[in-house]
Amino acid sequence: MSSTFSDHSSATLVAPHLLDDTHHEHHHETFISKYVFSMDHKMIAKQFLVTGIFWAVLGGLMSVLFRLQLGYPDASFPWLEDILGKWAKGGHITPEAYYALVTTHGTVLVFFVLTAGLSGTFANFLIPLQIGARDMASPFMNMLSFWFFFLAGLVMLSSIFVETGPFSGGWTAYPPLSALREASPGSKSGMDLWIISMALFVVSSLLGGLNYIATVLNMRTKGMSMTRLPLTIWALFFTAVLGVLSFPVLFSGFILLIFDRNFGTSFYLSDIYVNGVGALPNEGGSAILYQHLFWFLGHPEVYIILLPAMGMVSEILSTNARKPIFGYMAMIGSMFAIAILAFLVWAHHMFVTGLNPFLGSIFVLLTLLIAVPSAIKVFNWLTTLWRGNIRFTPGMLFSIGFVSLFISGGLTGIWLGNSALDIHLHDTYFVIAHFHIVMGVASMFGMFAGIYHWYPKMFGRYLNNTLAYIHFWITFLGAYLIFWPMHYEGLAGMPRRYYDYSIWESFKQFSDLNRFISTVAMIVFAVQLLFIANFFYSMFKGRKLLTQNPWNSNTLEWTTPINPGHGNWEGDIPEVYRWAYDYGKDGTEFISQVTPIGSSESTH
Amino acid sequence: MNSIFIVAVLFLFFIVIFQIAKASEYVSVLKGENLAKKQNNKINAFLMLVFLVVGLFGVWYCNDLYYSKTLFVQGSASIQGEKVDSMLKLTLLVTGIVFIATQILLFWFSYRYQDSDNAKVYYFPHNTNLELLWTVVPAIVLTILVVIGLRNWFSFTSEAPKDALTVEVTGKQFGWIFRYPGKDNVLGKKYYKNIDNATNSVGLVWDDKSAQDDIVTEQTFYVVKNRPVKLIIGSRDVIHDVGLVHFRMKMDAVPGIPTTMWFTPKYTTKEMKEITKNPNFQYEISCDQMCGNGHYSMKGIIEVVSESEYQSWIDKQSPYYFAAFPDKNPGQTKLPVSDSSKSSTSSNITTNYNNHKI
Repeated sequence: MSSTFSDHSSATLVAPHLLDDTHHEHHHETFISKYVFSMDHKMIAKQFLVTGIFWAVLGGLMSVLFRLQLGYPDASFPWLEDILGKWAKGGHITPEAYYALVTTHGTVLVFFVLTAGLSGTFANFLIPLQIGARDMASPFMNMLSFWFFFLAGLVMLSSIFVETGPFSGGWTAYPPLSALREASPGSKSGMDLWIISMALFVVSSLLGGLNYIATVLNMRTKGMSMTRLPLTIWALFFTAVLGVLSFPVLFSGFILLIFDRNFGTSFYLSDIYVNGVGALPNEGGSAILYQHLFWFLGHPEVYIILLPAMGMVSEILSTNARKPIFGYMAMIGSMFAIAILAFLVWAHHMFVTGLNPFLGSIFVLLTLLIAVPSAIKVFNWLTTLWRGNIRFTPGMLFSIGFVSLFISGGLTGIWLGNSALDIHLHDTYFVIAHFHIVMGVASMFGMFAGIYHWYPKMFGRYLNNTLAYIHFWITFLGAYLIFWPMHYEGLAGMPRRYYDYSIWESFKQFSDLNRFISTVAMIVFAVQLLFIANFFYSMFKGRKLLTQNPWNSNTLEWTTPINPGHGNWEGDIPEVYRWAYDYGKDGTEFISQVTPIGSSESTH
Repeated sequence: MNSIFIVAVLFLFFIVIFQIAKASEYVSVLKGENLAKKQNNKINAFLMLVFLVVGLFGVWYCNDLYYSKTLFVQGSASIQGEKVDSMLKLTLLVTGIVFIATQILLFWFSYRYQDSDNAKVYYFPHNTNLELLWTVVPAIVLTILVVIGLRNWFSFTSEAPKDALTVEVTGKQFGWIFRYPGKDNVLGKKYYKNIDNATNSVGLVWDDKSAQDDIVTEQTFYVVKNRPVKLIIGSRDVIHDVGLVHFRMKMDAVPGIPTTMWFTPKYTTKEMKEITKNPNFQYEISCDQMCGNGHYSMKGIIEVVSESEYQSWIDKQSPYYFAAFPDKNPGQTKLPVSDSSKSSTSSNITTNYNNHKI
């Protein structure tokens, strides 16, 4: 391991330390301060990434296990009992285990992988490098942000091992199910741990988010005006704003839930009779209040997951099409519109809760409005490819895959956002297909694109290309094979979160399809393991980077040394003279942001 | 033993792929990186085109396989649901056109504009007219969809017609309880602290006279073809959801906050058995909101029958009051409040429970 990182520390040691604004402190670095409690944004980004990968494997494995139940409800797998014990008696996953797996899969993927793993990694890594800063505004807060996330993960992990099992009421954790210990075994101590873990996660998000905002606003290098920022930074900036404004609302919802669970209040509880317990004293609460608080975060959360992917894809598409991103200002404008609208659409998750129909109609209007900025982005990406000179690097492939998936999943949002259709499709497999394609897989593709594109900057080595191509094509095909047919299950009204469909006359006709989906899911999961092998192998044995700027890219991170030390640039931070997308201008292949405007350059 | 063998084979398979990938990297270095890059680029560009063709074929093939298993084929069983279906089709048409057009552009551009030494990139950073075009056109199309959607939404959520049959639906872990208002057509008062699983499953207030003729059943309830049904929905414990796929309706059951929903059934259960050519067809009520570990088994049944069949069924039902107070059954004592003179016994209710197994 040390060989990977030793190059740069020796490089920085010989670098001149004469300038005041270079605060390199490499001399006294120990293993602990460099790899564990690191305050270097690049190391923190890698910590987020590796932790995110750990959770992605665990969360993905959980989906394989519950897909086993859905695909092969009658089969018995003795090895399951070996690893899950009483949760898979006789080789069958029990309903308790099934719902625990579904819930933990959702929570882990949404928060730990696609929030912390995605924006935690890339906001930390790219913001200082692309705006021209030596580190974050507060490296210490940044370090805390990671360790709160780590702690949240530990608590979540521990909940898997409690006697009554982890929480099993769905990742949205609607009360009264989540509030009443007697209503479900998963709502006992598993739920206590779930809330503690989520509370720690909110703290982590806020520490990170405030830092990202402060850094983007205050620490841009000379010449880096807001309208010269790469779109990745705009996207990460909007993401951080969304998180900072919405996570506290979720937190307030959790606080009330904690009170209802432990201190006898009735914020969410009213008129309840639990089998085996009797009538509860609580009266006057509203179970729907929680849903409002939850989805006030829950919907922006979708964009917290999606926006970083959009930003990175814009950057990677432009770089590898060797052509400027089309409609830079429109891209920022549409992200701004998405960020505003993200706060005004939460109740479209609640059309069938008995919501006032007039209020519902406002949310229909605002929800479908989001399709406009989304359409702008898609057409701008397509125009960026048009008449380009496309290099199919693995990052580029995943970016194109992202656009394809975003179109497919985005269009079904037009169905679900219209309340008169939602009344039929709500909580069916149609919804599962929709959000997995548009938010889950698409953002995962954005993340893969980012990893493949910036891996050389992170580790000074390349990932293996052949493995990357295998990874992309199987994952891309597999994603469609898994989620496309689910639309049909949804159009048959098949409800989500069912352990077994065989007793239902209306939904049992899909057993062959379910088996097919489960089989593909296992193959796709196996291919992800191939990627992970590639990731860790290449860290030590991958082909070494020989040039600073392997993709011939314009942005600032490629002006740093191959293995930048803490502080990123040796000597002065470069000054910026232009936007990030001068590809193919006046017949020049690419013009870095640090190149001054030439006297004969054309203007656009 | 067998599973260890499978794992070992898979692991070996992994190693082989990994080694091949490593070898191909050495080969590409030997061949010269530029050459290797060009070859890779060509292959991937071609695969983009292949993916487009295979993908579009796959979309058609998937539709061919599964269209017949969706609800489109049997059509909506409620008058309101027809509007849902026609709206679904319009939305499918609009989004389908956009889907096919944009996917073709995406993959075609990727293939057509693959890296080539002769091509010169077209520096095209923005174009206001184009950007206006794809802001305004989606906005107009979406406005049309919103207008149609909201018209339907307001008609679905409007007040139920006066002649509607009113039924109260209560969800509990994990089953359904139904209550008819009885002869006086008024649902009597209830209070959840009166709930007693054996004799008072919804917590009726017996002092309230309008509660004394209410009829309570479990798992199955009867409604009349072509007569609007108004459901007043509630829950005893956690949030459930009354999902009626054949009628294209859905509404949450929330403890403490009653919700409503109404629709007009078009076909009797018998007729639906013929339409779907499925002798086991039933109008199933599925719980569509995660409600605990038995969520997947929370099934109810709606029997849609003709007016006369309904009358003969409801006449056989005796008020729930008599189940709680058998001694007040008119068979033994005369009750001023009870005007249900039909000679039925309280055991009717119990038979109703047992008719339908979950």
